[in-house]
Amino acid sequence: MRPWHRPSDLLLSLLALGSAALWVFPLYWAIVTTLKPEDEVVAPGFHLLPLHPTVGAYGYVLAHTTIARWYLNSLVTAAAVTVLVVAMSATCGYAISQLRFPLRRLLFGLILASFMVPLQALIVTHFILMNDFGLINSWGGIVLPQLIVPVVVIVYKQFFDAIPREFREAALVDGAGEFRLFMQIFLPMNWGVTTALAIITFIGAWNAFLWPFLVASTDRAMTVTVGIVQVHDAFGVQYARNIAGAVMAAMPVALAYLIFQRRVTEAVALSAGIKG
Amino acid sequence: MTRAAGRAVRIPAGRQAAQRQATEAAALVAPFVIAYLVLFVYPTLKLVQLSFTASPLIGTGKWVGTANYVRLAGDGLFRASVYHTAYFVALTVVPTTLLALGIALMVSRLRGWRQSLVLACFFLPYILPVTVVTLIWQWLVDLQFGVAQPLLRLVSGGSGVAVFKSPAWAMPMVALVTIWWTNGFNVLLFTAGLRNIPADYYEAAALDGAGRLAQFRHITWPLIWPVTALVLTIQLILQLKIFDQVYLLTQGGPFNSTYVVVQYIYRQAFVLNHGGYAAAVALFLFALIAALSVLQYQVLRTRESR
Repeated sequence: MRPWHRPSDLLLSLLALGSAALWVFPLYWAIVTTLKPEDEVVAPGFHLLPLHPTVGAYGYVLAHTTIARWYLNSLVTAAAVTVLVVAMSATCGYAISQLRFPLRRLLFGLILASFMVPLQALIVTHFILMNDFGLINSWGGIVLPQLIVPVVVIVYKQFFDAIPREFREAALVDGAGEFRLFMQIFLPMNWGVTTALAIITFIGAWNAFLWPFLVASTDRAMTVTVGIVQVHDAFGVQYARNIAGAVMAAMPVALAYLIFQRRVTEAVALSAGIKG
Repeated sequence: MTRAAGRAVRIPAGRQAAQRQATEAAALVAPFVIAYLVLFVYPTLKLVQLSFTASPLIGTGKWVGTANYVRLAGDGLFRASVYHTAYFVALTVVPTTLLALGIALMVSRLRGWRQSLVLACFFLPYILPVTVVTLIWQWLVDLQFGVAQPLLRLVSGGSGVAVFKSPAWAMPMVALVTIWWTNGFNVLLFTAGLRNIPADYYEAAALDGAGRLAQFRHITWPLIWPVTALVLTIQLILQLKIFDQVYLLTQGGPFNSTYVVVQYIYRQAFVLNHGGYAAAVALFLFALIAALSVLQYQVLRTRESR
């Protein structure tokens, strides 16, 4: 490998760390702002740390908005999307990979083709459909249109394809059915992928803006990602409070990323078609 | 079908087994297929049908043939929204790809904790909700108290800039925010791609006396090109669908200078209650993205065949 102890390498390290620090500065500044009293936020001068640290902005947002309710909505809908997407895609990917049945190729072709469709183009008819179902301003209405994630099926198919035939044949000789085979061999052998896909599906559902914004517009029905913009509208120019709402909305996904870094990056690369 | 089944599983063979397998397969694919039909196929077909009517968003309207499409061709705001979307694409796609490649080259020469830390810093914004991103940036560039204002004054040459209220500044700023938000994804793909280039290529080149620049030109650039093409097409398709950031930062203004295609769908359907016309706009976007996706698929295939 290349030698490490050279002046150019030290320079490179400094450059890299410096630009990375610059890149995350907006996040740092946002968090620092929320820990300042409102008068200090608008005071002249540049202070990297709050002079009088306080969590008052968070308390205010918690007490004066329905953020707890929005949190619950986000949690329930993101969890539902995650469980349903992973379960439906895993079983479907398994069947396409391991079983031979009529229309198999057509089904796989359709799933591949649906990559081409921008979900933004379907907002009109999704809204009409959810209205027909009576699901406007409900958890179901937020969840259903988010269930179409063809890439998850394809990732599962690829991973199931890679499992040697012997496992399957041995289990079939032992008289195991397809469902047992799936639950006891194929799924456990791919827990890593399942975890990775579940985490990014959850992050995606938590972060979804356009659809939840359209379908859940009442204060009690909206998700936290949509709701924090209402905090902004309600408070006017109260910077610490605005950003405190944003920090609270970002916390679950930021933590999920920091804890499961490797899994997240692995899943992101996988769904882009690059095997890590 | 029995022939195909025989190839897949040798034990147990026979028609009965094939039939059993088909039944089990049906049960396994049913949840996905039902969801797919109800939430994807039906809304797509309904969109086509809707685009030939004068329906409001909710309720039925009379059949008007291709009138919506004729109107679309002469619609000034629609044309403007296409133009602004193209402008946004131009401001983001190539810049973010080059920036990400540069950062990945830097990151890939780091080792150990330094590499993980730097990569994490660049990736972190990507996992944040769009509303969080826009709230943070509105605060950063705030006209009165924004910490970035001194920098903006430097560029503008004196007075403060209300970036999202100035037609000249608004779209480039939306593009900048978007690049900050999504660049980590591209950095990740490039980093993975660079890792796949064998180190001995560089060692051999170094023995032959090739400098860093020559190594980049003759090894890195050609070998990373498939990833570059992938990133370019993914970004192109993604950025054509721009809506969230524009809506949250500028609402399409000032003076419609940042009005984009998805926003036009939103406005026609949800503000003006023109379901049929909105469907026609949506199908335009649909066709555009579908065509570009075919391109993306070709790029991916070339990649895999290598």
